[in-house]
Order: sequence, then structure tokens, then C-alpha cells
Amino acid sequence: MLDELLLRELTPAVTGVLVHRGADFATAEDAVQEALIQAARTWPDGQPADPKGWLVTVAWRKFLDARRAEVSRRDREQRVEAEPTPGPAETADDTLQLFFLCAHPSLTPASAVALTLRAVGGLTTRQIAQAYLVPEATMAQRISRAKRTVGDVRFEEPGDLATVQRVLYLVFNEGYTGDVDLAAEAIRLTRQLASMTDDEETAGLLALMLLHHARRPARTRGDGSLVPLAEQDRSRWNTSLIAEGVTVLQTALGRDRLGEFQAQAAIAALHADAPRAEETDWVQIVGWYDELLRLTGSPVVQLNRAVAIGEADGPAAGLAALATVDPGLPRYTAASAYLHEKAGDLRTAARLYADAARSAPNLAERHHLTRQAARISQALRG
Amino acid sequence: MAKYLLLKHYRGAPEAVNCVPMDQWTPEEVQDHIQFMADFAARLESTGEWVDGQALSPEGTFVRYDGEGRPPVTDGPFAETKDLIAGWMVIDVDTYERALNLAGELSAAPGAGGKPIYEWLELRPFLTAPPTVTE
Repeated sequence: MLDELLLRELTPAVTGVLVHRGADFATAEDAVQEALIQAARTWPDGQPADPKGWLVTVAWRKFLDARRAEVSRRDREQRVEAEPTPGPAETADDTLQLFFLCAHPSLTPASAVALTLRAVGGLTTRQIAQAYLVPEATMAQRISRAKRTVGDVRFEEPGDLATVQRVLYLVFNEGYTGDVDLAAEAIRLTRQLASMTDDEETAGLLALMLLHHARRPARTRGDGSLVPLAEQDRSRWNTSLIAEGVTVLQTALGRDRLGEFQAQAAIAALHADAPRAEETDWVQIVGWYDELLRLTGSPVVQLNRAVAIGEADGPAAGLAALATVDPGLPRYTAASAYLHEKAGDLRTAARLYADAARSAPNLAERHHLTRQAARISQALRG
Repeated sequence: MAKYLLLKHYRGAPEAVNCVPMDQWTPEEVQDHIQFMADFAARLESTGEWVDGQALSPEGTFVRYDGEGRPPVTDGPFAETKDLIAGWMVIDVDTYERALNLAGELSAAPGAGGKPIYEWLELRPFLTAPPTVTE
């Protein structure tokens, strides 16, 4: 049995070794990819005693082959050393540097996601292509272009953790398709990042992911339809993930350096803490939305806060809060429908649910909103 | 990244600026048009934006269920007035503006006299997968 997880965990360290030997990141990363593919082919027949050493040896050989082919295409009068000046074999910071490089601000979010999943995550191009529903050749090109974009960035260049957090959040939020569970992969990478840095927002991001991931078993029915939070079977929530998320969050909050991921995680923790939807501490949740709004000024946060106010202070208060939110926001109409129903205005609620269904950005939400419109319409008729 | 569908119509789109039917072009003009489409697809693959492209026969039919135990019923051939799709491309791009620009470029595919067709292409966004974080 191939230990795929081991291969993936070793990937960034192996790339780091090659880079420290003087290989440029782009060629080194290609070489490591090829070594991973070769490992996937041969390790099922017997895993090497020193898996990392094996990968380094094979990847280095492939790097030299690629370099020789490149050199022979270039000016033959230029003399190039076969063995570049060695530096330290690797440092513990290599993986962190790779995170920064793959999340470099010059990259578009999609390119950063693809490059991070390959160079740090150790996923194959095919796996990433499948996860994002594009042909393998297209994803290969996307990754090559991403590497050209960061071609001039020094490997040791210091980076901003926030850029990496954004990339990992994107990976987590896009969900999971294909053989690789992207949400689980996001958690694995964020755990790795958290272990290498002592950063509250990274911990907050990890907690947020764990707390949302804990609810996944309850979030979709067998037919793929969405179950809203209020209707989820909470006995299906993963209690050990919740416990871990809460612990990680509490440690981070104790540092008293609040950031948006910690605030989002706090909201998720309050939901996770309620044994039944009716026992949710909405007043505290509103308090955390206030913090989140102060930190981000985000209109989407304003919208979600209005819904929370509707729960804590009643639908009239919720609708009053909603009136200050930009009606053009996605899910505004759905929120308005929800609050109108709670306020007892069924006719308006049914109409708004139908409107919201028409402009829903994905099928699962469209189906959910259509069902709500149908439910209320039926109640009005009967 | 978001996926978009670019739809080419045999009929039903607003009339193209250079709208001479293909069977009245020269063979070289037909070949140039085909080459343009192939080059376009190759370029999009190299930019990491290509997902799919297909051409559709102009023949086809409407079909519906006709009741238990009965074979499906067809209603064809298509009426002359029917909006008729000729083919599609699916692209995966960073912004809506990029989708617009690519559709504009595709619309400039050469036609009669080697001049751009200025064809109207239909641009449709895909519905997405639901996000994990919903509150």
C-alpha cells in the first residue's frame, strides 16, 4: 500500500534540499513532482527504508537531467558547474519559505492555490486538476505560469503570513471534489503552518477549519442537498474535531491579539457549543460579529450580523439591521426572506425566497431556497 | 477562478456584422477559420484557462416522455425560428472582465473575405460548488 500521505508530507522538505543545493525553485519543484510520480509507481512494491533520502536522490538526478537538457539548448560556450556551491542541506524554515513563495502577492488567488497544493501539499497535477474540474494539461500550464511569475522571488524572501492564510482559507472553502478531500488537505497544511509559526491568526484559521469540518457529516443529505444549520443532526458532528478546535482557539484568544480568523472561529465555536439549535447563544454571537465588523468592515459580515441580530433580538431588529446592508450582496434576498418569515410576513417571505432562488450562485442553495418558497406557498394555500 | 460557457449559435443570436454563411466562403477562408479556433484553444490551454470545447451538429430533435410503457416522443426537425447552438467553449478565468475579453477575441474569428465575423457569442456563468463556510 502506497503511503500517499507520507509522500505529500515529505514534498516541501525535499524541494528545500534541492533549492539549498543551488537548484532554482521552478526546476527543483518539477523534479520533485517527477520523483513523487515515480515513487507512486514503485513504492507499492516496497517502500525504501529511507523514503526522504530516496526522494532527494531521485529528484536531484531528475533535476540534473533537466538542467543538462536545458544547458545543451543554450550557448555551449557558457560553462556551467554540474555541482552548484552547496549550502546547508536544509533548514527547518524551508517549508515555511515554500508557503510564502507559493502565496506570493504577485500570484492570482487561483495560481497561488494550485502552486501551494503542488509544491507544499505534494498533490500531483492530475489530482489538483480533478479537484478544480479542469483538464490536466490546463492545470499543468497554470502551475508553470505561476512558477514563472515568482521566478525572480528569492527563496529566502520574508513573507506575510496573511497571504498564506488567505490561500489556505480558499482551499478549505472551495470544498472537496475528486479523490482528494481539499478541506482535509487545507487542514493538514494549516496544521503544518501553525506548528512552524507562533501566530494567533494561523491558529484561529486552523480552529475555524476544524470547527466547520466537524459539522460536515451533518451538512448534506444522501442526495447531496444542503441541510441548514438549524436543521442539522448535531449527533453527527465530530466532537473530537470540535474539542480540538476549541482548544486551539482558546489558546490563541488568550494571547489577546484578536484577528478576523479568530473571531470567525469564535462564532463557529458558539454554534458548535449548542447541543440543539434552540440553545445557541446568539447574543454572544452578535458580540463576535461586532468584533469581526470592526476588524474587517466587510459587507458580508454586516449581512450575517443582521441575521444573528434577528435571532438574538427578534426579526424586527434583524430586518432593521438588514436595512443598513447593501441589498446587492449575494444572499441578501435569502436573509431577508428568512427574517420576513420569522416576522410572520409569509407572503413576502415566499416571494423573496423565490427571487433568491433565481439568483442563487450554486445549485444546492437554489434547491434549498426553492424548497423554502414552496413550503411557505403551500402553507399559505392550505 | 470561475467557469464560463461561451455559446456559438447557428441561429438565434443577434446578427453578426460579417454574416456570410460558411458554405459561401473560399476553402482557404474555411481553413483559416478552423485554424483560428484551434490556435485560440491552444493559447487558452497555455494560459491555464481552457476547460472544454465542442461543436454540435445542426441536426437534432426535442424529446419528451410519453407515459408509462410508451417510447419517448420526438418533435423534430427543429423549426427555422429555433434558437440553435452551434457549439461551445468552457473557460476557467479569474474575472468576469477576462471572460468578456476572451469572448470578444473569439468573436473576431475570420470569416468571408478573411475579415472578422464580429459574431455575437453568448456568455453564461456556471453555477458553483457551495462554499464550506456559510456563516
